[in-house]
Amino acid sequence: MDFSQYDPEDFHDELFVTSGRPRPGAALLVERIESLPEGDLLRRQRAAEATLYQMGITFTVYGHDQGTERIWPFDLIPRIVETADWKIIERGLRQRIYALNAFIHDVYHGRHIIKDMVIPEEVILSGASYRSQCIGFNPPKGIWCHVTGTDLVRDKDGAFYVLEDNLRCPSGVSYVLENRQILKRNFPALFEASRVRPVEDYPNRLLATLEFVAPQGPGALTAVVLSPGIYNSAYFEHSFLARQMGVELVEGRDLVVSDGYVHMRTTKGFERVDVIYRRIDDDFLDPLMFRPDSFLGVPGIMEVYRAGRVALANAPGTGIADDKVIYAYVPKIIKYYMGEDPVLPNVPTYVCWEDKEREYVLENLEKLVVKSANESGGYGMLVGPHSTKEERSQFADLIRAHPRNYIAQPTVALSRVPTIVDDHFEGRHVDLRPYILYGENIYVLPGGLTRVALRKGSLVVNSSQGGGSKDTWVLDLMPATSEQQQQS
Amino acid sequence: MLSRVADSIYWMCRYIERAENVARFIDVNLHLVLDLVILQHEQWVPLIKVTGDDKLFMKRYGQVNQRNVIQFLTFDREYPNSILSCLSTARENARSIREIISSEMWEQVNKFYLLVRDAAENREVFDRPHDFFDEVKRNSHLFTGLTLDTMSHGEGWHFGRLGRLIERADKTSRILDVKYFILLPRVEYVGTPYDNIQWSALLKSASGLEMYRKRYHRISPRQVVEFLIFDQEFPRAVAYCLKKADESLHCISGTNIGTYGNLAERRLGRLSVDLHFTDAETVLHSGVHEFLDHFQLKLNEVGEAIFETFFAMRPLPGPWFGERAAQ
Repeated sequence: MDFSQYDPEDFHDELFVTSGRPRPGAALLVERIESLPEGDLLRRQRAAEATLYQMGITFTVYGHDQGTERIWPFDLIPRIVETADWKIIERGLRQRIYALNAFIHDVYHGRHIIKDMVIPEEVILSGASYRSQCIGFNPPKGIWCHVTGTDLVRDKDGAFYVLEDNLRCPSGVSYVLENRQILKRNFPALFEASRVRPVEDYPNRLLATLEFVAPQGPGALTAVVLSPGIYNSAYFEHSFLARQMGVELVEGRDLVVSDGYVHMRTTKGFERVDVIYRRIDDDFLDPLMFRPDSFLGVPGIMEVYRAGRVALANAPGTGIADDKVIYAYVPKIIKYYMGEDPVLPNVPTYVCWEDKEREYVLENLEKLVVKSANESGGYGMLVGPHSTKEERSQFADLIRAHPRNYIAQPTVALSRVPTIVDDHFEGRHVDLRPYILYGENIYVLPGGLTRVALRKGSLVVNSSQGGGSKDTWVLDLMPATSEQQQQS
Repeated sequence: MLSRVADSIYWMCRYIERAENVARFIDVNLHLVLDLVILQHEQWVPLIKVTGDDKLFMKRYGQVNQRNVIQFLTFDREYPNSILSCLSTARENARSIREIISSEMWEQVNKFYLLVRDAAENREVFDRPHDFFDEVKRNSHLFTGLTLDTMSHGEGWHFGRLGRLIERADKTSRILDVKYFILLPRVEYVGTPYDNIQWSALLKSASGLEMYRKRYHRISPRQVVEFLIFDQEFPRAVAYCLKKADESLHCISGTNIGTYGNLAERRLGRLSVDLHFTDAETVLHSGVHEFLDHFQLKLNEVGEAIFETFFAMRPLPGPWFGERAAQ
């Protein structure tokens, strides 16, 4: 297979400048792929899929009775991020996470940002993820959002934009690590020559982040990953991360509050837990404080948390910062807390609860992407240019009935990456979700999840909507210096 | 180790072992049918009886014949002890403890399940049942081997072995029971070539024919009973299973063999001792079926004790001060 017929068309292509002219960072990859014997790439692609199948790397699709478990499609051709681009992303994300953390703290304390009239109070208080139970709470070391996955997209002009902040339980990092394993196995020599920055350190960094916020006391710390259980769509990831960090994977029923601490039930009695990387939503965390009908959580855990005897990551209440209406204010948030302009711009966003903007949205539905403010995973979303008249009028009614629930954005002509389609390459649209850890300092994993919309022309990359994934290579152009730095 | 995790390992291994033994049940009957020219359909009745689920079977199928019985015991998703259901349960358990077991084990459980699930679709099994049930046994052995060689022999591993051996002891006793269901009423068969053929088939289905011959050379009912129940070295013999299960229980609790520190150890210890002071002669004299029935009952009580001791979600302890004050 070769790229001679490959046409980037009128999009920003991550591997090619124009047809037949690879970007500098992609030249080695293109050369290597073209030098493979006929049929070899397809054989490797199939072998990779078989591996995923056998490893049972699956996700769960909601709303299907049969065959709820699926393999997430994977494409062997990686997406490459060049060093200079990555520097901007890294700087932009550090800035954004720092500001969002400051914002969350302010929301639950002095509310200066409201008093200074940067954001109207009702926008914050009406957010579905706002938690009045968190008012006045001081999380350990002042950190609320320990783990974030921010969705970035790249428009025709090649600039990166932030599309979405995920500050609750962002998933996908396990695919970053698994995809990398598969690529390494398939192209070992190319890998070394391309100077791809490693992602394998993530589990260690995550554990260090958890330990940093854990209550300090004598004896070894016990960290756990809290999962809703095997029927959750991201269960594979929960178990993967627990395994990689070498900690227990627990469910709510394994934990119990007694003597003022959180314990897990073991075959030899109760054992104390110091820090919990929880992958269940606020609502289900503690039936005594949030939803009383939750069976997934641990009764009384919030009281222990507030007393500082257990740490939770991410902190409850953090979701207020990834509300899609709040998103529209993030550039102002950055300016307010840091006095800087955002390094990474937002995609222009119309908030439907402001009359003027709503009018514009209703008049231009066929040009816009409408999103519900508090749904994720591509559910509750209208892609205007690909929608039918009925769908548009249905959404228009929804917007009029609940303006606070909707935002709209112009469709971004997402960048593309060559993707294997049958026996040749075609461009497919991608986004990028880097992962950020906030512990002793703010760390951005050099890599991330590249999600790819496998349907021709589709702009929806979610796994539940026909999306797949690719490995993401962040190149390190100055390897010699970094080695010297490590030695010194 | 988390109670839930221990519970999952225990049941994952029990269900894999159960799937394997269902294949063995069917296999022994297929061998018997080959040699028993008359009354072929009647031959499948005891198999259903021995499972103890004959009522459910009659309700769902109405008629006992080879095809229905194989369908019921192998592929019926509504029947919780069919091979497919066992593997599905084993896989759900494995899925919930993936970070505890080795990737090799998980992949094998997954492949094993997919193999039987796919077989349920293509129906070739009914044309070549021996090949298929051999495949099932082989996959179970592969899982057991991978468990032995890729998982650390710590607490979790011992829970797995415990589950496997408790299940195996129960099923070996039931395989022996199949024979008694079929043949005891028919005195005219005893001692005939048919009888020998059937005992051989029985040993074969417990993978024990060769080992038996090395030890006893000739087939005799007393010695088959001795071999399958009392042998201390054959890995599917009941006594062997109990001995090793007892070892695992003590490795888990840390108490010395021969003593007991919890209800599970006490019950299993007593059952082993009872077995130790019985012999084949006594069993034949008092009635093999009655003996096996009683044994299965006692073994169930051991299972209940394991649940109570390690897995049951215990009530919260008293208030902290109360606990200290009591000491």
